[in-house]
Amino acid sequence: MEFLASILPAQIVAHAPAIIVVVPLLMAAVSAIMPNGKLSWALVVISAAVSVVLAIVLTVDVQTSGVISYAMGGWAPPAGIEFRIDSLNAVLLLLLTVIGLLSAVYALPSVAMQIDANRQSLFYAAFLVCFAGLLGVAITGDAFNMFVFLEISSISTYVLVGMGAGRDRRALTAAYNYLILGTIGATFFVIGVGFLYMATGTLNMADMAARLPDLSSSRVVQAAFAFIIVGLGLKAAMFPLHLWLPNAYAYSPDFVTVFQATTATKVAFYTLVRFMFDVFWPDAAFVAVSFFWVFAVLGIVAMIVVSIQAVFQTDARRLLAFSSVAQAGYMMLGLGIGSVAGIAAGMLHLVNHAMMKGVLFMALGAFAVRFGIRRISDLNGFGRSMPFTSVAFTIGGLSLIGVPMTVGFWSKWYLGVAAFENGWWWAVAALIVSSLIALVYIGRMLAAIWVAEPQHDRDGDIVTARAPWLMLIPIWILAIANVWYFFQPEFLISLTNAAAEAALAGEAR
Amino acid sequence: MMWSPEIALLAALIIPVIGGVFVGLLGKTPNLREGATLVASVLLALNVAYLVSVTGDRPELIYEIGSTGLAFGLKLEPLGALFAAVASGLWIVNSLYSIGYMRGNNEKNQTRFFVFFTIAIAAAMGVALSSNLLTMFLFYEALTLSTYPLVAHKGDAKSSRGAAIYLSILLGTSIGFLLPAIIATQYIAGSTDFTVGGLLNGEASPMVASVLLVLFIFGIGKAALMPVHPWLPNAMVAPTPVSALLHAVAVVKAGVFAVLKVSTYIFGPELIAAAPASDWLAWIAALSIVAASIIAMSSNNLKRRLAFSTVSQLSYVTIGAMIAAPLALLGAALQIVMHAWAKITLFMCAGAIYTASKKTEISDMRGLGRLMPWTFGAFAVGAFSIIGLPPFGGMWPKLYLMMGAASTGQLALIGALILSSILNVGYLLPIPGRGFFDPAPKEGLKKPGPMLAVLPPVITAAGATILFFLIGPLTDFLAPVFGVEL
Repeated sequence: MEFLASILPAQIVAHAPAIIVVVPLLMAAVSAIMPNGKLSWALVVISAAVSVVLAIVLTVDVQTSGVISYAMGGWAPPAGIEFRIDSLNAVLLLLLTVIGLLSAVYALPSVAMQIDANRQSLFYAAFLVCFAGLLGVAITGDAFNMFVFLEISSISTYVLVGMGAGRDRRALTAAYNYLILGTIGATFFVIGVGFLYMATGTLNMADMAARLPDLSSSRVVQAAFAFIIVGLGLKAAMFPLHLWLPNAYAYSPDFVTVFQATTATKVAFYTLVRFMFDVFWPDAAFVAVSFFWVFAVLGIVAMIVVSIQAVFQTDARRLLAFSSVAQAGYMMLGLGIGSVAGIAAGMLHLVNHAMMKGVLFMALGAFAVRFGIRRISDLNGFGRSMPFTSVAFTIGGLSLIGVPMTVGFWSKWYLGVAAFENGWWWAVAALIVSSLIALVYIGRMLAAIWVAEPQHDRDGDIVTARAPWLMLIPIWILAIANVWYFFQPEFLISLTNAAAEAALAGEAR
Repeated sequence: MMWSPEIALLAALIIPVIGGVFVGLLGKTPNLREGATLVASVLLALNVAYLVSVTGDRPELIYEIGSTGLAFGLKLEPLGALFAAVASGLWIVNSLYSIGYMRGNNEKNQTRFFVFFTIAIAAAMGVALSSNLLTMFLFYEALTLSTYPLVAHKGDAKSSRGAAIYLSILLGTSIGFLLPAIIATQYIAGSTDFTVGGLLNGEASPMVASVLLVLFIFGIGKAALMPVHPWLPNAMVAPTPVSALLHAVAVVKAGVFAVLKVSTYIFGPELIAAAPASDWLAWIAALSIVAASIIAMSSNNLKRRLAFSTVSQLSYVTIGAMIAAPLALLGAALQIVMHAWAKITLFMCAGAIYTASKKTEISDMRGLGRLMPWTFGAFAVGAFSIIGLPPFGGMWPKLYLMMGAASTGQLALIGALILSSILNVGYLLPIPGRGFFDPAPKEGLKKPGPMLAVLPPVITAAGATILFFLIGPLTDFLAPVFGVEL
């Protein structure tokens, strides 16, 4: 990876934090005026590829020379906007861009089928805006700037979700619902940031962190904390603020679901970690109490209650959407544990969950391209109709359950170890119960795919199809990653451990 | 020499899988396909025979997963070698039998059947050769999942319901109890390796060990200790070759083998003796033996009767593991071997009877022995062995179990074992008895069924007899594990 940094011009490396956000944002404008969807798609893939390269460069840079602080426009922080990259958000950048690239490659066949031809350019433009927004949230070190990027990504997401209306009119209500709730979340967040600005007189997060401990008895700061946690929790689909999510995932275009499920809530989770540790400080009484009572308790409730909800879904994507909320509960539990091990486990699950849900949603999308599936019963016999996609789906499903030989096992293993170290044996019990429920709902889908009778055509032969290569390749890259990182976990573990240490380093500041 | 013990360890897993690939590829030409199964089974048996011969060296293959402290590993030790030998040896006989049965009954989806069979055997080999709990858990689950399509083979409502119960109990207990126990073991001992003398011995207090022991014994649902046994009678919806090899040998024996291995290598006899739970578990096993025998006696369906008989006989192993005296452990290990040969005989006979006459109920089988003398003869031999009469192999485990119970003074358990033998007489012997001594049915059966369905049980019945005389080499082979002086 060092190699990449060495061949890029020094100018680009120096300004990489800005370029990584600006490239997709500019390309969005270009994409919008492209005459057809294919050209826009090419732009998307190129800008995603560029951002992957830059993310790798930034990650290497952080690993070798520590925190990068980039003054936007040359205005020095805290007055100017600071982009700040440490090991914590480097993971996010890497995940966002790699998943972004894979899902961008995957997008073409799916979008070609589900979006009107004359809207495809605009669709891709909206996607690029969303992509840039998420990168911005991950990279910025300025609280108000974070709000701006959060809204850039959210508003474009509402559009993307609503684009599903061509296939299913319920996408419109889903998007509207998401818009209302997402805006409430954003409002809460900006109110919180406003309070903090009022109390500290700064918007730079590092600067806030330095000034806040003197104000620990301030009611304004405490209220700000509550507003921010609720606002970001809503964006992260933290139980019980997740009500927007199932429909938004179920009715939006398949490609949007893939991208949303693997990135958007992940970024929101990152912002929670960032605010908990690097803006507020865990020693404050009102912060300390939230670890257990907010994150651990709600996380566990989500892990169990929402998993049970998932069991009773009939719509395949809704099932996985509920599962996503439940899986977010695992991350919340990791955050709630609050130790380095806990945060590291939460971050590990964040990455792993993106890999496993990526495969699952992508495979569902591939099924949909060929057979237009919606319900679980539509998946009957796909093991023989679309074997390659089905095997990948199965790997993703097993990973979600946490079966050894898949990366999902490490998520649960390290979460369990972290919980044990805290003496939270009941959390381990909850982990196991939740895995059992996951087994049930994934088992329902796998049973449909592998056991039920496949569809037959008029001659009585089994209907077979192969997913387009552009879909199959990203699906299989992710599926193999799910297995590969079980046997070679070093990379992910060192990355997420560094992330957790970086998060807790803020505490020392 | 080219063939090293390490390669052979891997080969034991790979040979059946490759066989399965060929079976799948040759699905269009049934004769070649069956040829692939037979070649794979013979190669595997040869390979395992080689492994048995090098067991003394304790070869091992370990793959450490990064810095996570976990590892996958294969390691050869006498118990595992014995289980692998039993499963692979009987696979040959059972393959012959499967061919006869599946063709004789015109079953559908035969290719799928034979493919999953090979995967199940590979998983059983994995359970036999695992060097730590994590690896064993993985193969244990693989065994459950690969046998699910075999149980659900018929595809009708009854078999999918049976298969659902099968899957949910086995997966539920293993993830709900076994996995937490493994995690706790890793947490307490820092590893899950099978260690001579017991990994947890000296690491865990008797109270903690008790909790873990309960989790392990009930978590290993394949051992079918009551009340987690219902999966076994429900699995009887499967075609009989599945019931024969998997639910008399590979799957259930993987369960009790795991129980035995956990008791010997994870807890160790000393810790089990110190843990208060072991007494209770021995009693539950004794109850399980008697209760299952009584249920067996009351069922008229032959396969169901045999299934409950299996539940009962499996608890012999659990009892031996819980008594934890060297002789009892030896008896438990021998029970795995002896019961396998006897019970597969009985199941194959049941299938042969079904293939020839389509009869499943015991009350309909009167006088059939006159028309199918070989089948009923083999059944009688199997029944004698299960009851524990000399000169049949089944005598030895009962003897050693009783001696073991006597050595720790648990005389009441001896009573349970004797009672069980009496019950065995009551529910097994009437079948060949009525078969031979009642008048032959007037109509129906014309010939005693296909050769390939009749011959295999005769072979295994002969095996059950020969094993009686092989007790010397067997105990010599196992003695170092348990430190038995004979």
